[in-house]
Amino acid sequence: MSTSDDLRIKTTAPKPAFRLSMLLYDQRYRSITIQVFFLFMLMLGAAWLIDNTVNNLRALGRDFSFAFLNAPAGYDINQRPIEYNSQMTHGRAALVGFLNTLILAVLACMLATVLGVIAGVLRLSNNWIVGRLMTVYIEVFRNIPTLLWILIFGAIMTEAMPAPSAFRGDDPAASMLFNDAVAVTNRGVYVPSIMFLRDLGDLRLGPVAPSLNWLLVFLVLIVGVYANKRLIEHATAVQNATGVRPKTWWKSILILLGPVVVIFIALGAYLEYPELRGFNFAGGTHLRNSLIAMWLGLGIYTGAFVAENVRAGILAISKGQTEAAFALGMQPGKTMRLVILPQALRVIIPPLISQYLNITKNTSLGLAVGYMDLRSTLGGITINQTGRELEGMLLMMLIYLAISLTISGAMNVYNSRVKLKER
Amino acid sequence: MKKSVFLGAFAATSLVAGLAQAQSTLETVQTRGELNCGVSTGLAGFSAPDGNGVWQGFDVAVCRAVAAAVLEDPMAVNFVPTTGQTRFSALASGEVDVLARNTTWTFSRDVDLNFTFVGTNYYDGQGFMVTRDLGVGSALELDGATVCIQTGTTTELNLADYFRVNGMSYEPVPIETNAEAQQQYLAGACDVYTTDVSGLAATRASFASPSDHVILPEVISKEPLGPAVRHGDDQWADIVQWTLFALIAAEELGVTSANIDEMKAGTDNPEINRMLGSEGDLGAMFGLDSEWAVRAIAAGGNYGEIFSATIGEQTPIGLARGLNAQWTQGGLLYAPPFR
Repeated sequence: MSTSDDLRIKTTAPKPAFRLSMLLYDQRYRSITIQVFFLFMLMLGAAWLIDNTVNNLRALGRDFSFAFLNAPAGYDINQRPIEYNSQMTHGRAALVGFLNTLILAVLACMLATVLGVIAGVLRLSNNWIVGRLMTVYIEVFRNIPTLLWILIFGAIMTEAMPAPSAFRGDDPAASMLFNDAVAVTNRGVYVPSIMFLRDLGDLRLGPVAPSLNWLLVFLVLIVGVYANKRLIEHATAVQNATGVRPKTWWKSILILLGPVVVIFIALGAYLEYPELRGFNFAGGTHLRNSLIAMWLGLGIYTGAFVAENVRAGILAISKGQTEAAFALGMQPGKTMRLVILPQALRVIIPPLISQYLNITKNTSLGLAVGYMDLRSTLGGITINQTGRELEGMLLMMLIYLAISLTISGAMNVYNSRVKLKER
Repeated sequence: MKKSVFLGAFAATSLVAGLAQAQSTLETVQTRGELNCGVSTGLAGFSAPDGNGVWQGFDVAVCRAVAAAVLEDPMAVNFVPTTGQTRFSALASGEVDVLARNTTWTFSRDVDLNFTFVGTNYYDGQGFMVTRDLGVGSALELDGATVCIQTGTTTELNLADYFRVNGMSYEPVPIETNAEAQQQYLAGACDVYTTDVSGLAATRASFASPSDHVILPEVISKEPLGPAVRHGDDQWADIVQWTLFALIAAEELGVTSANIDEMKAGTDNPEINRMLGSEGDLGAMFGLDSEWAVRAIAAGGNYGEIFSATIGEQTPIGLARGLNAQWTQGGLLYAPPFR
């Protein structure tokens, strides 16, 4: 038996026995060895951290629990986008803070984008003064820490504006702006707010209860925007077929604003003006100093970075595009709006995403001026009153991570729509 | 396999961590040669650095007395300024050994945060300060007012309760430190500043014209302020507690920084003798020598001396003894017997 086996011709190559040293010296295994090794080290590090935490908590006699979120908060919050009082839970207070964070982030992102686009375009202006002015704005704002800007705007609001008592008396030292509609005080700006005579009630949606009136207005507005889009598409189709673009501007205005105005009249909308009552102004909407300081600080500071992104995007478009547009007889404004900016967007959007993320994360500086965002409610007062640092911080990190990933995801979708289509 | 590796590592690290035995706070402090003491970021009279950068004040004196008792040097204190928000983390993490930062003794801080409040060195209550020209005579007239509060304190909760119970509304302006609150209040960004009455008096004393501001008569809460230590080291808690009691008892028994040198040689009062170590050996019971109380009292004087030197009626703060008088004088200060 054995001899016949030996004589048989081997058809397969001899399989070398696996030796341990091959893990290091054989290219087929080396990368796996290294990966396994680092994964092991990583897990060891994580295990050490977790174990350390568990041990220290035990040594301090503390447990790990999120039950505090259901306990009554006991503190008041000045800016309340949803119903809240001091008898509600810490979880509710955290939700109020979360909404305040979102409000500030959205406002600051809008301001930064508008300022950034204007400053970025104007910095490239042929007008020497305008160009240099924008250079000064960008360099001054982006080279001073954002916290200082926030504090400066906060200080301007509290120190330079008149107190509400200055509006009192027969010969007041200060007066309201725009026909008694807007009051700028050292406690914030009071602006008129839109109220409805006929209230449709609120929509009960678990923790939040948006007003049905505003939902209706919002819905009508969205339908209007969609209808307007169809109108413009139609106009383009007509233009492509006949070469003459039908006038659309008055139709657009009618479609966008008409239904909203009808709804407002139907619901009996009126403006509620702020008026001095007791210690403060009452009525209208109160934009607190903290919100204004944060909004201006973050918006103007980040606007300078956005401006540089916009400038980079415009400079990335070859000069030939501008010259071609001019050769076709386009005016500079139209050239920028129709030729340069749409192409520049694909360079602008990716860094713009990081600026939006920066703004969102920087809203946590709100504590410096007493803006009651997530950091000040959940990460500040709640942690302090309950002593649940670890739980509060982890929850807060998770929420900020979720917000950032959502923004980044949404902006990536937008980016893939404006980027160069290669077919 | 990955799971078993993870569990193995976990078990190994647990073992190593378990073997490391914690030193007692007294040993740690004596090895370090310095007492880490958490104080406020600056509240005149209670804890604030003077012109030479040396910390002075009522709360600071407690730290100095403890340092004198434990380290035989009242100046061997490292003061760690903490805000209302950071003070508890600083104590829990071991960054400070004692927290002497006008901190209110409450149930949840004592029980849930795992601290031990060793006593009360100042009986306080929350009050309101307004400018005189506002013409307000009572806190019940404050409906709709804008109120500056230091965030992360019990005042925040008392304020919410007080206004809710009295059916009044207010606009809170949360502020991180006393200095910022002062600036906001003076700029008129809030009508009212609320904190402990002692804090209001201290803050008002630092204004350019203190007489333009009034502290309203209502005191809306009990605020027993006292030094706190971590749970779990009872020896250390005892040392800080009895150092405070020694200061209080010294005033009751007439021991002052001026006469302590003759008193420690022995008197005809056995309680003084036991406290100052000329009779018995109380100090050895918690790991100190017999003269610990002598040094603690010599550091800044007895409770009454400290009070009148830092926040008493002769100082700009101008606080009366009130509840903080000895029990023999109708106050609440009462030190258990040294026996």
